[in-house]
Amino acid sequence: MEFLTATIAILIDGLMYSSWIFLVAVGLSLIFGVLGILNIAHGGLYAFGAYVAAWGVGKYFDPEFSSFLPPFGSFAVLLLAAIAVGVVLGLVLERGLLRFMYGRDEVIIVLVTFAAFLMLEDGIMFVFGVDPYFAFQPYALLGNVKILGISYAIYELSLIPLSLVVCALMWWGLTRTIWGKLLQAVIHDREIAQAFGINVSRVFTVTFVLGAILGAMGGAFTAPMVSVTPGMGVEVIVLAFAVVAIGGMGSIPGAAVGALLVGIIRAAAVHLLPVLELFIIYGVMALVLAFRPQGLFGQAEARKI
Amino acid sequence: MFRFKKSGLRRVSPLPAFVLIVTLAIFLLGSCGKKEEEKKPEQAAAEPVLKVGVSLFLVGAAAGPFGVPARNGIELMIDAINSGSLPAPYNTKGMAGFMVEAKYIDEGGGAVKQVIEFRNMVQRDKVDFVIGYISSGNCIAVAPVAEELKVLTMIPICGTPRLFEDASYKYVFRTISSSVTDSVAAAHYIKAKFPNVKTMGAINPNYAWGQDSWRDFNLALAAVIPGTKIVTEQFPKLFAGQFSSEISVLLGKKPGVIHSALWGGDVESFVYQLAARGLHKQSKIVLTTAEANMFRLGSKLPDGIIIGARGPYGVLARKTPLNKWFRETYFNKFSTVPVYPAYMTAQSMLAVKISYDKASKAKGGGMPTTEQVIAAMEYLKFEAFGTTIDLSEGNGHQAVTEHAYGLSKFDRDAGTQTITEVMWFDAKCVNPPKGVKSAEWIKGGMKGAEC
Repeated sequence: MEFLTATIAILIDGLMYSSWIFLVAVGLSLIFGVLGILNIAHGGLYAFGAYVAAWGVGKYFDPEFSSFLPPFGSFAVLLLAAIAVGVVLGLVLERGLLRFMYGRDEVIIVLVTFAAFLMLEDGIMFVFGVDPYFAFQPYALLGNVKILGISYAIYELSLIPLSLVVCALMWWGLTRTIWGKLLQAVIHDREIAQAFGINVSRVFTVTFVLGAILGAMGGAFTAPMVSVTPGMGVEVIVLAFAVVAIGGMGSIPGAAVGALLVGIIRAAAVHLLPVLELFIIYGVMALVLAFRPQGLFGQAEARKI
Repeated sequence: MFRFKKSGLRRVSPLPAFVLIVTLAIFLLGSCGKKEEEKKPEQAAAEPVLKVGVSLFLVGAAAGPFGVPARNGIELMIDAINSGSLPAPYNTKGMAGFMVEAKYIDEGGGAVKQVIEFRNMVQRDKVDFVIGYISSGNCIAVAPVAEELKVLTMIPICGTPRLFEDASYKYVFRTISSSVTDSVAAAHYIKAKFPNVKTMGAINPNYAWGQDSWRDFNLALAAVIPGTKIVTEQFPKLFAGQFSSEISVLLGKKPGVIHSALWGGDVESFVYQLAARGLHKQSKIVLTTAEANMFRLGSKLPDGIIIGARGPYGVLARKTPLNKWFRETYFNKFSTVPVYPAYMTAQSMLAVKISYDKASKAKGGGMPTTEQVIAAMEYLKFEAFGTTIDLSEGNGHQAVTEHAYGLSKFDRDAGTQTITEVMWFDAKCVNPPKGVKSAEWIKGGMKGAEC
């Protein structure tokens, strides 16, 4: 019985963590898949998403408005915050910075996105200050549920269906829409796609903005669970990279499987051998990369010269 | 708008370029504004001044809970010292009659950077003394450099016992007890208030601070309540923010008491998540640094959490006239209550002022040398804003103080957090006897403690 309880607790905790990290990592993977850019600024987009969401939720529940606004509307605020941050910062970064870098050495582009990340971190402190922001209301609103004697926050559990919806929408968008097919053509071969008349520059912009929205959404939906403080983007970007590396750079199913693997194994470590919690994620990553350097779902390809 | 390319002029679409320029302009304007603000005190100081170099976390995750209040404590003291408005007997103007001005730097970037910055402050900026270092890694790295450069260095917040147990310094002083007292006092508090505790669990950040705090606490608790068993030890990554899985384990293992030295945003996130899932209803929870966060958490912090302030500071300070003055002056200046890092830096500044005044008086007035100030500070015992500071360890360089814990309670009428059932523990009860290393003292069952 105890074994069953522990297994179920590991599964639930693992799935919650997987869903959360998938929401963060999927945008990173999408941008890499299409643009071939390792976007370190993703951590900054995540943090900006969290800040704007926390600020928005704070305003939403301000006594001035909360008397006539339905509390459940705050979930829409989280989503709107993510879209607003993703569109504005995505456009500024891609149109204002990255497009001048296309075609340059990968290392230079990584450095540029790292610089952008540092600027975003400073920008956060410039706009929001160093004090923490709280957006606990959506978290408290959903209450708790007891599963086998352990209480879980429904908000955290609801990240599981949310990530499934995001995953399904991305699958549908990539395989069942004209835009998805154009995108796949660009992923497959940028030059041929351009020769066939696809506006690659526009595909890049749209994809980057979409990836930015996903990154900001990871932050926005994290905000109600945590104290939103400076530096929160640094931690998550490292973790997201691990997930994407395990799954295979640029692969959406890879991101999902990577997140699932990281989440479940980490939860097992926390429950069974807590001292390994920090090590295990990177241990798994090292193991996967040792046998499949391109990641689980990554495609090995010959380097073009 | 145009840009040059090898092929000649090419049109750049105006909207994104406009957005970029506006963004850059806002950033530049912002940073210019900041620089102007920083220049003001330098311009105002025309007469001979004592320059203090201050290194604290002013950006990053530790800025809000520690760096900013710590800086506020120093700013308040500089104003009060320069205007002679400290309460008696500290109400003389200046230090040894000289005005004080500060140069602030950020503590971030790691120990190597801090050592370079320390040298810069001393050799390039010619500071007369240095106050700072929140991180243990930084204070341990900087102390030998302070000796080499012969500059008085006050350590107000860093808590590692290794600072004075593994070395001896002439130019370095620490005005708080080591972090061992946090764990020992917490154990005594649990014994006094919840003597029936049989099991303990923990959630601590996975680095030296979290591991040492937990080791000291579980040994101390096992010494004061024999037979207490450890049921789980959780070590999430520093700044993880997400403690859902760890809380599940703590809920499942049901420890009688849960120890946590999580700090900053981490402790706030932990409180959120534990309160939502009712962990506090099942276990007693000790948060050794949460005084710095309790007012920000407000009603989200459940009642009955055992709150520490790394000593008798903040809401756990002794209710003295000095404390009353400090709280009121701080609130008037910064529109918020002072939390423990503010007390810690303020008392370090006070120790320097007392020593400068004393050394100047001993030589019949004028500016004393650093060595004269150090001689005046060694074995100093003085009344500060939270408690009495007794520099009696480490050859008169390491403070020994009492410690305190209490329970959180939200005052719904006032809309603010308060503390109840505060207990103070005598310095002789929570500090190891003279010359005994704290790790050995705790492992040996804290022999010689006078409680």
